[in-house]
Amino acid sequence: MATKFSKETYLYWYELMQLIRQFELMAEEKYKMEGKIRGFFHAYVGQEAIAAGCMTATRAEDLFITAYRDHGLALAKGISADSCMAELYGKATGCAKGKGGSMHFFGKKENFYGGHGIVGAQIGTGTGLAFAEKYRGTDNVVLCYFGDGAARQGILHESFNLAMLWKLPVIYICENNNYAMGTSVERTSNVTDIYKLADAYEMPADMFDGMSAETVHEGISRAVKRAREGGGPTLIEIKTYRYKGHSISDPQKYRTKEEVEEYRSKDPIAQVMHTILENKFATEEDLKVIDERIDAVVNNSVKFAEESPWPDDSEVLKDIYVDQNYPFIVD
Amino acid sequence: MARTIAFREALREAMSEEMRRDERVFLMGEEVAEYNGAYKVSQGMLAEFGPKRVIDTPIAELGFTAVGVGAAQNGLRPVVEFMTWNFAVLALDQILNTASKMLAMSGGQISCPIVFRGGNGSAGQLGAQHSTAFEALYANIPGIKVVSPSNPYDAKGLLKQAIRYEEDPVMFMESEQMYGDKMEVPEEEYYIELGKADVKRAGTDVTIVSFNKMMKVALGAAAELEKEGVSAEVIDLRSIRPLDWQTILESVKKTNRLVIVEEQWPFASVSSEIAYRIQKEGFDYLDAPIRRITAADAPLHYAPNLVAAALPNVERTVKIVKEVMYTKK
Ligand SMILES: Cc1ncc(C[n+]2csc(CCOP(=O)(O)OP(=O)(O)O)c2C)c(N)n1
Ligand SMILES: [Mg+2]
Repeated sequence: MATKFSKETYLYWYELMQLIRQFELMAEEKYKMEGKIRGFFHAYVGQEAIAAGCMTATRAEDLFITAYRDHGLALAKGISADSCMAELYGKATGCAKGKGGSMHFFGKKENFYGGHGIVGAQIGTGTGLAFAEKYRGTDNVVLCYFGDGAARQGILHESFNLAMLWKLPVIYICENNNYAMGTSVERTSNVTDIYKLADAYEMPADMFDGMSAETVHEGISRAVKRAREGGGPTLIEIKTYRYKGHSISDPQKYRTKEEVEEYRSKDPIAQVMHTILENKFATEEDLKVIDERIDAVVNNSVKFAEESPWPDDSEVLKDIYVDQNYPFIVD
Repeated sequence: MARTIAFREALREAMSEEMRRDERVFLMGEEVAEYNGAYKVSQGMLAEFGPKRVIDTPIAELGFTAVGVGAAQNGLRPVVEFMTWNFAVLALDQILNTASKMLAMSGGQISCPIVFRGGNGSAGQLGAQHSTAFEALYANIPGIKVVSPSNPYDAKGLLKQAIRYEEDPVMFMESEQMYGDKMEVPEEEYYIELGKADVKRAGTDVTIVSFNKMMKVALGAAAELEKEGVSAEVIDLRSIRPLDWQTILESVKKTNRLVIVEEQWPFASVSSEIAYRIQKEGFDYLDAPIRRITAADAPLHYAPNLVAAALPNVERTVKIVKEVMYTKK
């Protein structure tokens, strides 16, 4: 049976998704067991196929912007595990110098624009990133991610309208993991098919399974093609699931263990692994080598974070203005 | 009879008691009903009052705030919970452009009796977008009142007062870090008038003014200072707008020295307003410049040492107090 994609693609997906997952599982342990990571921490575990499929459907120059559940997409865009882990620790070597923490990963060089904590805000900001690409005449596109909960913010509508009016190269990706904290999608609206929100603006829309990197790649590719060719935005609703609670402190009383298990049985990493083994793209031994490589990367990132220095206290008043001579109020 | 309850329970009792009394009062916000509150303030309220009066909203701050503001104009008395005040920024239009101005624009015809409440200020290492203290910003707005209590007893009495007796919009600012604080609170009902500061500790040498969780810093500094023979009077503002500057002035007449501790950014902050008022009304009583400890003039960063360096603490407060006392060391 021929596969849809090349051996290299599947192996890339496998390695990337394993990196994201192992990185987060390790970080969660450092948070819970050792208290070395603090603040809000939202895991991407379960949603990795979205990052994987989006990466192979786009180019390095394309921009990503998302909410606070940002570790997976940041790693996918190529921000190093070292600087991501250091950011979680709040160290000076982090991808935001220890100033952002879990919710605010950034990598300008990697075209990763964060990492945003106000639900829905990045829908508008992402639209602006796309405006600039069009204005400058590039054919880059912006992948603008948000949750099912965020889809209920008013800014979505203003952004959709502007993006359609000006045919901006932005792909709105609603990662529908069925919950906004403890609130299921059905409890937030009369319209539970989020992709239908595009209809009011006659925006092209799509909806598909987010547990399969293949499906994500194909769906995103269609929207990317349209955007690159000047066809404007697309709204994509991707059905996904977070295995973990909303954040580390969530007791998860709003869903059943069975529901979580059902999704775990469709695990995106297991799916890709299955394809790889089935088609003899690699042996179990080969995959073990990859796993060991990932383990080393993740373990090193912890070592790197632990050995890195704290930001200097003087950083409190740095990076507030580009203007280096700004006269801060100091009492 | 008093019993010990947590801050979150005090708030819950205030809302529940007023809801039992008055059909027009309802609670609305994100995760307030089925989840029992993001910080468990409204735990059990859905069970008692049902979904008509304890209402979960989608994440749509501007929308549900507007619904609250409209409902308040049309005969109801909403209590709107913001998961934190950081998210109320999306709804500022409704608060500033509509709620605060309705009475003025309508020539006194249409009022807006509504209470907005939620956690405010920093709460650990939550990063820049979840850490702003908003008292000064809202206190700048005529037409609304701003309350920011520091303990469960005050919180209950002030919230009951806001829901039952206030006919104007009230911004009620709590702290995620205080929800677990426990204190003896009477079982009998009581109300605390808005706009009255409270002397939480009497003293003679210096006046320290604060509010909300920074009261812990103020009281902590006073305890430290006592060890060194300095008697600090500590005033808890409780209400920011209206501001009870008379109580501060009375204290300053006695101590001749004033230090303000707050978590606001320094520019046009609560301390700026107090300093202006006290120098104007009490210039002759001051033996030293009025000083303050505020949050750093910057968004709050994530790293633990940067959080510590940016926020007021006991050590800095003691140091500033010693400066106004002109004591060496
Ligand atoms: C404006 C605003 N309101 C509320 C919150 C608190 N909050 C943080 S995440 C969240 C749920 C968002 O759910 P969703 O958009 O589905 O994203 P997910 O967490 O599932 O990835 C809420 C209510 C916030 N950060 N910003
Ligand atoms: Mg969600």
